[in-house]
Amino acid sequence: MALTFNTSSEQKRLTQTPLLKIWVPWIGCNLNRRRGSSVPQFCNSPTMIVMVGLPARGKTYISKKLTRYLNWIGVPTKMFNVGQYRREAVKIYKNFEFFKPDNEEAMRIRKACAAAALKDVAAYFSKEKGQVAVFDATNTTRERRAIIISLAKEKGYKVFFVESICDDPEIIAENIKQVKFGSPDYVDRDIDEANEDFIKRIDCYRASYMPIDDEKDRKLSYIKIFDVGSRYLVNRVQDHIQSRIVYYLMNIHVTPRSIYLSRHGESELNLLGKIGGDSGLSPRGQKYANALATFIRSQRISDLKVWTSHMKRTIQTAETLGVQYEQWKALNEIDAGVCEELTYEEIQENFPEEFALRDQDKYRYRYPKGESYEDLVHRLEPVIMELERQENVLVICHQAVMRCLLAYFLDKPAGTEIFFSTRIIMTLQQTKQPLLSVDELPYLRCPLHTVLKLTPIAYGCKVESFFLNIEAVNTHRERPVNVDINRNTDEALQTVPDHV
Amino acid sequence: MMRGCSSRPKLAQNQDRAVCMTNCPTLIVTVGLPARGKTYISKKLTRYLNWIGVPTREFNVGQYRREFVKIYKSFEFFRPDNEEGLKIRRQCASAALNDVRQYLTEEGGQVAVFDATNTTRERRETIIQFAEQNGFKVFFVESVCEDPDVIQENIVQVKLGSPDYTNCNTEEAVEDFMKRIKCYENSYETLDEVLDRDLSYIKIMDVGQRYLVNRVLDHIQSRIVYYLMNIHITPRSIYLCRHGESELNVKGRIGGDSGLTPRGKEFAKKLSNFIQSQDISDLKVWTSQMKRTIQTAEALSVPYEQWKVLNEIDAGDCEEMMYEEIQDNYPLEFALRDQDKYRYRYPKGESYEDLVQRLEPVIMELERQENVLVICHQAVMRCLLAYFLDKTAEELPYLKCPLHTVLKLTPVAYGCKVESICLNVEAVNTHREKPENVNIHRTTEDALQTVPAHL
Repeated sequence: MALTFNTSSEQKRLTQTPLLKIWVPWIGCNLNRRRGSSVPQFCNSPTMIVMVGLPARGKTYISKKLTRYLNWIGVPTKMFNVGQYRREAVKIYKNFEFFKPDNEEAMRIRKACAAAALKDVAAYFSKEKGQVAVFDATNTTRERRAIIISLAKEKGYKVFFVESICDDPEIIAENIKQVKFGSPDYVDRDIDEANEDFIKRIDCYRASYMPIDDEKDRKLSYIKIFDVGSRYLVNRVQDHIQSRIVYYLMNIHVTPRSIYLSRHGESELNLLGKIGGDSGLSPRGQKYANALATFIRSQRISDLKVWTSHMKRTIQTAETLGVQYEQWKALNEIDAGVCEELTYEEIQENFPEEFALRDQDKYRYRYPKGESYEDLVHRLEPVIMELERQENVLVICHQAVMRCLLAYFLDKPAGTEIFFSTRIIMTLQQTKQPLLSVDELPYLRCPLHTVLKLTPIAYGCKVESFFLNIEAVNTHRERPVNVDINRNTDEALQTVPDHV
Repeated sequence: MMRGCSSRPKLAQNQDRAVCMTNCPTLIVTVGLPARGKTYISKKLTRYLNWIGVPTREFNVGQYRREFVKIYKSFEFFRPDNEEGLKIRRQCASAALNDVRQYLTEEGGQVAVFDATNTTRERRETIIQFAEQNGFKVFFVESVCEDPDVIQENIVQVKLGSPDYTNCNTEEAVEDFMKRIKCYENSYETLDEVLDRDLSYIKIMDVGQRYLVNRVLDHIQSRIVYYLMNIHITPRSIYLCRHGESELNVKGRIGGDSGLTPRGKEFAKKLSNFIQSQDISDLKVWTSQMKRTIQTAEALSVPYEQWKVLNEIDAGDCEEMMYEEIQDNYPLEFALRDQDKYRYRYPKGESYEDLVQRLEPVIMELERQENVLVICHQAVMRCLLAYFLDKTAEELPYLKCPLHTVLKLTPVAYGCKVESICLNVEAVNTHREKPENVNIHRTTEDALQTVPAHL
């Protein structure tokens, strides 16, 4: 397949971009506005999401989750936690007295931190092409909110407030336990001391707390979340992204539960090293299905929902469980188009250029007449939304699909521990980037015959991996060293796993 | 192998194509003074839920009243001290609830929309008890609005045309209706944050400026809330058309990703002229990611948005074949498709049912937007059109969407005005009617009876 650069006289003729398979007027034209994505290009102005609420009301929990969700669906989003800035400015936290309203010195520092964070927000939008910034702080006074609003107005940002209101002492106590004790602020305290100090900290804010007022603030765009989601007040949703954010916030919950992710048992085509298709389980695959049934029973999960795709191999796996399951077409494996049911060797032989392009950008690369990982994420969004609504769920799916789902749940903030009960199946680097990048997503290890158990804790997700001791082929192909379209066959096939 | 459908998974065993979104049926109950948009919301919601595959029906108590009290005299019927009137109205509500019960328990319905004022706590309590006895979930949708302009506009749009006012002139009708609203005002008990905190409801204030959402219990309620929060009543038009005639069209081949023929290009030019002549403010243009729709949009010389989900139905193994070839190679498949064109899925391809599922975000965004031109494909356009015109799954795959014709949809009263504008550029016909013989043993001639002419 030759790349043709259209001359100006041929500019009227459409060409399909080689990687994304998008039709464009001419190669190299700026298409950001034209390329469809899961979030259509409606966000012309950047949006600031501003959290509001007393301490221990779930603001950071919501901020992190929302940031993770928006990034996953393709909206560049970043979180700015003013508490972090404060910790950097005031190296050591002594006690709640820092937060007393009459502590002028501290007030000055806190104002400076908020200002620094806002400055970084502006830089994120203008220099880093960010689209959404989540400004995570208490923002409990009208004065503070007015500063933010006027800054946004000046710069042309939209503002959407998210206020969390909760007076249930049990919920607040649980919050404090889950996230505050682990905070750098309380690293040298014992639990009772920390708890007492934190309660006094909350009291410091209480006197000056002015919730968003339904009358005075009727022109603002906001959502108020009451009692962890039992009630919501939504005012003046301005655009698509705010509408999606509201929908997301109204679907998440904090009830403890676990999500189990697994691939189908080893399939006939897996054994042959062929991708895609709709084959049945191999004998070992069937053994895995049996082992999975045993494993699930041993977990003693209350009210487990089981989901599969529409493909034979996931359904065969679910059948062995002997429980009701639901089929989602959206969980079908990535469509490899013209490469369906080929081995990597055959793809290299027939479509060497395509094979190289895929290695260059595996996340965005779209198979001819097929899909890309980016397309997959788009079609999995309703699955994620429903996973958020549900409690205990087992999802039996496919390699690429599982990578996309896993990427949604994972983030890698410094210091979060990820537990593995048997082998380590993924090595995550501690980089400055807290979130899994799209470049890493298509290389997440999701081997056959291994169940991942995801349990939300604190601000993230505990991941346990269970290999059920049934051998299977390896279907994981690492990125080869040479991704150039002119590479030779050996270099292209360097990382292809063994098969029959 | 059971197939999933709509946007929700299907239970694998024992369900005969029923989409199970909730465990028990749901009763949606509207609340609000007259002329607050309850019937508008009821009808729209019913249309949306049916389109995504949830069997839904609305029950308008006013209808029951009109059938009972053949002739409407005046607002006096609604006076709170009119004992006779009250008795009749209570009976009508009961009759409607009876029909609700039948629909949800015996006729396979999943959602019933109970459209009435339901403005007193007492009436709502009756309904809640009815639901509890029958194992239905209840979700209230209250519309609160005090803007006199909005109310006036409502009255003009839908009340003047009502059977109640066929013999009145406009002024008389408006005056009577205002008095009718007054009859309800004194006893109106709005859903209360404290008193009704255990109920599931959404309160829509001022036509969508503000919403109060309480205790959403399950998936279907969550989807309903999302939908209600995205609809609006700002006047606008939606233009639907297909790409210009394509190379594969003239060869009688389905699917593929070919470019426009010269006639197709001419259509694109005429489309551009047409759009300009319509003088539409702030028009958004959407296409699929297939060459033929993009080529068409390019001629408009305005920015456009490409949606992969607007791509034509995937015909899998039958891609780029002529109907004659499909009959030749897959006569069984071809017959099965004619037997149930909505649910039939091409081998390694899609069904219309799958299409509807993937188009749902398009519909949601169309509801949010104002003026939009969607340049798409035959099967896709049929699905979108079926949503706006409330067509059944049986009718949908046979809706006529010829090439080189623009459909202009303008919401009016409770429905949609459709104008069909043919831009006078010749094109092949790509519409294949359902043949008489759909039996799998039919002859080739019978199978190809309705195939349109091509090169």
